[in-house]
Amino acid sequence: MSGTTTAPVATPDAPAARRLRGPRLARMRDLALVPAIIVLVLVGALIDPVFLSSANIINVLQQQTELSLLVLAEAIILIGGRFDLSLESTVGLAPALAVALVIPAASNGLGTEWSAALAIPICLLVGVAIGAFNGMLILRFGLSAFIVTLGMLIVLRGLQIGITGGQNLFELPSSVLYLGNAVWLGLPASIWICAVLFAIGIAVLGWFRHGRAVYAIGGNRDAARAAGIRADRVIFVVFIVGGLLAALAGLLMTGRLGSVASAQGNGMIFTVFAAAVIGGVSMEGGKGTLFGALCGVVVLGLINNILTLAGVSAQWIQAIYGLIILVALMLARVTTGKAQD
Amino acid sequence: MTAVLSDAAGSGAGAPPPAVSANQITKRFGATTALSDVSLTVRPGETHALVGRNGAGKSTLVSVLTGLQRADEGTVSFGGEPAPAPSDRDGWRRRVACVYQRSTIIPTLSVAENLFLNRQAGFGVIRWGSVRRRAASLLEEYGVAVDPGALAGDLNVEQRQLVEIARALSVGARFIILDEPTARLDATAIERLFTRMRALSAAGVTMLFISHHLREVYEVCDTVTVLRDARWVLTEPVSAVGHDALVSAMTGEAVGLTSVAPRSVPSSAAAALTLSGLTLAGAYTGIDLSVRAGEIVGVTGSGSSGKVSLAETVGGLRRADGGTVSVGSAPVGAGVPAALRAGIGLVPEDRHREGLVPLLSVAENATLPIADRLGPAGVVVPRRRAAVAAEMVRKYDIRTESPHAPVSSLSGGNAQKVVLARALSTDPKVLVLINPTAGVDVRSKESLLGAVRAAADGGTGVLMISDELDDLRHCDRVLVMFHGRITATLAHGWDDAQVVAAVEGVDDDGGAAAGEGGSRAGKGVSAEGAES
Repeated sequence: MSGTTTAPVATPDAPAARRLRGPRLARMRDLALVPAIIVLVLVGALIDPVFLSSANIINVLQQQTELSLLVLAEAIILIGGRFDLSLESTVGLAPALAVALVIPAASNGLGTEWSAALAIPICLLVGVAIGAFNGMLILRFGLSAFIVTLGMLIVLRGLQIGITGGQNLFELPSSVLYLGNAVWLGLPASIWICAVLFAIGIAVLGWFRHGRAVYAIGGNRDAARAAGIRADRVIFVVFIVGGLLAALAGLLMTGRLGSVASAQGNGMIFTVFAAAVIGGVSMEGGKGTLFGALCGVVVLGLINNILTLAGVSAQWIQAIYGLIILVALMLARVTTGKAQD
Repeated sequence: MTAVLSDAAGSGAGAPPPAVSANQITKRFGATTALSDVSLTVRPGETHALVGRNGAGKSTLVSVLTGLQRADEGTVSFGGEPAPAPSDRDGWRRRVACVYQRSTIIPTLSVAENLFLNRQAGFGVIRWGSVRRRAASLLEEYGVAVDPGALAGDLNVEQRQLVEIARALSVGARFIILDEPTARLDATAIERLFTRMRALSAAGVTMLFISHHLREVYEVCDTVTVLRDARWVLTEPVSAVGHDALVSAMTGEAVGLTSVAPRSVPSSAAAALTLSGLTLAGAYTGIDLSVRAGEIVGVTGSGSSGKVSLAETVGGLRRADGGTVSVGSAPVGAGVPAALRAGIGLVPEDRHREGLVPLLSVAENATLPIADRLGPAGVVVPRRRAAVAAEMVRKYDIRTESPHAPVSSLSGGNAQKVVLARALSTDPKVLVLINPTAGVDVRSKESLLGAVRAAADGGTGVLMISDELDDLRHCDRVLVMFHGRITATLAHGWDDAQVVAAVEGVDDDGGAAAGEGGSRAGKGVSAEGAES
């Protein structure tokens, strides 16, 4: 009660026809980045005609698929009011462990030489296990999500280096390579996978009770519990989904690059947070949409592509990229008018 | 004890089973006993007040009655049937609903979604159109004029409470606990809440009403139960227990809170604080005001009157668009440091948000503005700070284990004393208080106001912004603000009806609101009349 405003005592009922379908206010925020995307596309087209070629567009999208899956995971976790920094290490460890278990010791494998058919299930299971372990530490033992996942980030990276002896893994089973390379109906499979997963995520978080529960918990955990939501259980599942998506991102990246680099995923988490926050997902929880987060990914991908096409020297590209992220955050601050904590 | 209670409540033979009955509840937290053998019986349809000082056990009883905590001993029953199992949250929610002090609205979601949280749909797709239609008809049913599509975070306190009440009723609960619903509402909103409570009561809803304001108890409640030091003290029909009897039941001793000794300020005293032409767009316009040294000036008005913004401007938290603030004859610059330098002490509106650093000790909180005086060259000498703090604890009667205890371990009243002690630590020439006794128990209220008077007697000019008539009674004159302007000045000796009428913005002698305000004040006067 700042003493400056008061509610209308009795306003006549607003006409129902005025109301949009769907969560109205969320939609407004969702579209905030669309003008920015249009401007970037125009700028890109002016800088280099190659930009609008379908090959370039597909290339931009495919490069962003792994990032976008991590953003999808992080956005859900952030909306639930939590944090996960360890996603980027899962991107490396999950495929590395799966591959190491199936390839011969001569190729830096562990020597177990399990059936190659198990590689993908193992990869995804590792993601699930990491998510569950994060969730257990954070929820059951009440540890800070920031510190737990920071610790996990380091531990998982270390595990990957330990398992692979710090080597990149090259001799991959064809099943692991498939998803990152396949082309379905003229588009890379990874783009289809991302599109479908985002569609599922948007639908679940927008139109299903358990998805809305994530918003409720992030917005006010006590209130959510008072409304009968099993908050810990929902967040536990969210962490598991996060780990699973990160493992899938790792799988796509491995397939696309044809190897598991020892530093795979390293440093991605910063871009993930930047994309999520630019896309309107609040670090405080309860706010933001997956569509917005997706727009954030697209904006960052376009900027990256335009900088490359514009011939910005590789030495400077990182500094400029970082600067543009900061500018985008400032613009988001100005347009939404809310402080970002 | 139960038998005594039902006799006291006056229920005859063959009466329906009580809406809720708590029998000999005992609840311990470690070594502390929060409730000791407490019984409470609420008859169907009645509005039952639960009063007691901070720490008397009200909150614990509420959490036992809502199933959030399990009693160590004793039982709870609803309508004659035993309470559901602790894990059966839905069962509890159907029987009892609680509007907590801390809002259980989720600010980032729409009103409609808040109303149907976790029951938007079954396992299938949520049809938002249907959710919003159901929300609209629910809000209409309870006469709540709120757009179901609005973001809940954009509602004001009053609207949020109404949404919470509507939500509680829509789950099917016919017993509602209102935990200090009036603490953050202004006078007109409280009046609207009471009108609504009477309507609900007439519709057969049973309510347990918790408040620090005995006046409100007399106004809307049928029966009152007093808790003191984790024990049951009395349950009586409100009409059968006088104001003083109630206060002494709460405090355990006889006190006359509402009798205020008159004080005199020499008219020759110099002006301590002068505001001239002070204006802040959207809050207040052209405020001219002068507070003499040693004078206590009250300012009241509704939530939209701009009184809080005015006080925050004087205290340096806001910057005015025009006009000047002067202490003595020197103008004061904008900002809190300038205000402190000029000798203005501020007790801000929200002690949790602006008043205290919860994890720091009582001593550190109380000495924040004078840290530079506690040692040479910016060093804070712990011994000197402890000595200053111990003196404050003694002087302001702060009940704390030690000055080194974290301020978050204090009760609301004692935390507020720390805020006041801090505001007075600089020996200010001007003291600005915003709702100094909000959410504070009767005893603490008394010592807070006593400390303010002592400061005034010492020559400090006091500007007290408050909605509480009990606070304003201590003022030498009371200014009433309405829509950003000072519309009335009441000299000492005003009666309650005058204040209420001026706050509502109606003349004393006309208008429906004035009549209502008058009847409200009249009850208060008659309640006080019993003591004098």
